[in-house]
Amino acid sequence: MDSSVTGAGAVSLILADSRFPGGGHVHSGGLEEAVERGLIRDSADLRPFLAGRLRAAGELAAVFAAAAAHAAARGVTPRHWAVLDGELDARTPSAAQREASRAQGRGTARAAKAAWPSPVLRELLAETPRPHHPVILGAITGLSGGRPVDAASAAAYLAVSGPASAAVRLLGLDPLAVNGIVANLSHALDAVAARGAAVAGHDPRDLPAPGAPALDLLAEAHVRHHKEEVRLFAS
Amino acid sequence: MPVDSDHDHEHHEHDGHGHGHGHVHPVNFDPTAAEPDPFEAAPEAGRAYRIGIGGPVGSGKTALTAALCRALGGELNLAVVTNDIYTTEDADFLRKAGVLDPSRIEAVQTGACPHTAIRDDITANLDAVDELEERFPGLDLVIIESGGDNLTAVFSRGLVDSQVFVVDVAGGDKVPRKGGPGVTTADLLVINKVDIAHLVGADMDVMTSDAHRMRGELPVITQSLVNTPDAPAVSDWVRSLLPVGAA
Repeated sequence: MDSSVTGAGAVSLILADSRFPGGGHVHSGGLEEAVERGLIRDSADLRPFLAGRLRAAGELAAVFAAAAAHAAARGVTPRHWAVLDGELDARTPSAAQREASRAQGRGTARAAKAAWPSPVLRELLAETPRPHHPVILGAITGLSGGRPVDAASAAAYLAVSGPASAAVRLLGLDPLAVNGIVANLSHALDAVAARGAAVAGHDPRDLPAPGAPALDLLAEAHVRHHKEEVRLFAS
Repeated sequence: MPVDSDHDHEHHEHDGHGHGHGHVHPVNFDPTAAEPDPFEAAPEAGRAYRIGIGGPVGSGKTALTAALCRALGGELNLAVVTNDIYTTEDADFLRKAGVLDPSRIEAVQTGACPHTAIRDDITANLDAVDELEERFPGLDLVIIESGGDNLTAVFSRGLVDSQVFVVDVAGGDKVPRKGGPGVTTADLLVINKVDIAHLVGADMDVMTSDAHRMRGELPVITQSLVNTPDAPAVSDWVRSLLPVGAA
């Protein structure tokens, strides 16, 4: 992120900060369900989970964040936002994951209205009042002068930083060790962001659809179990 | 045990944090304002007044919330948001208590960080309030009960208009003296379970005088929900905050 001239690099930092008040802290990205089922017990288990999540949910988020940033920068009809949002729906088979993404999207939109008000943001929210998280994140980035790769990078990072933080809270893992795991994903994060940016200008219908059935199933199981027993996270 | 309501009444007449005394603004009919920003909306703008109830684990937040529902449910259009690290447990308690229609209670998951959910990132709570306001147009009051937390936990002013901090005698009579933002800055401090003060060796004179010393002009109410199940002093305090005509 070297867009120091526009200040867009700072926008990406704000959006990727765990202190950003967009509601991200109540989502674990399937981590809580995996912990409850004994699939993740320690740092060694966390590493492949995060790597896999980055290649699936992270890559999908990066693709759509980059596409949204590209759309915001080039200028699109209001209808385009609904198309982009719908295409992400089509690539998210789990209803629970769609809901988690839209909950964070709505929270991000609420924060954005106070922080980065703009006519385009209003148009986007008129078309899709509860946008998917990567769509609103990418749009804000693009409207602020950020590049598609900046948006993709933030989206990919959030796909692993949230579950990593949840692992510290739920398992009492060493936060230094967990941070080391996330840092070790740096090259993978950059690669995911670059691949997302490479297709940012494509027709939304032609965007890639990476996914992981295991994450879909964990998300569905999380919601189902929340109705019967304690779940601390919303996803 | 009598409640210390005299002190309370001395102050709500001229306090600086009572919102909406009489001047109710008209509802905004602008069609583009379909989802008004809660950060900008003043209490007078037509949305429900929001009161936060916070305090340590086990101090009686849920019992006070239930008491307020009993006392005010007949005269106010009200709803409740519960935040608890044990998720639905508090909401279930309120539903089983039968004090409020279950559809008027929303439970929020806090990601194991109850203080974050009421202070640093209030998104989940704002979503719950929005949901209730859509479901029950014309709500007068939303009570937001925090998860049990420590003495530093306070509600964001972006989430609530006024807040109550609840401590109890069993937590030790030194608690008011220890201070912290909850004890020193909450709009109302409630010292709960005074009926068992003698059993736990809590000196009520020490607790109330420390509380007043720490809080200056801010009100303190001592109560026992065993002796007065409808929390009359706290209910009166709540009534005093609402815009005239809401009741």
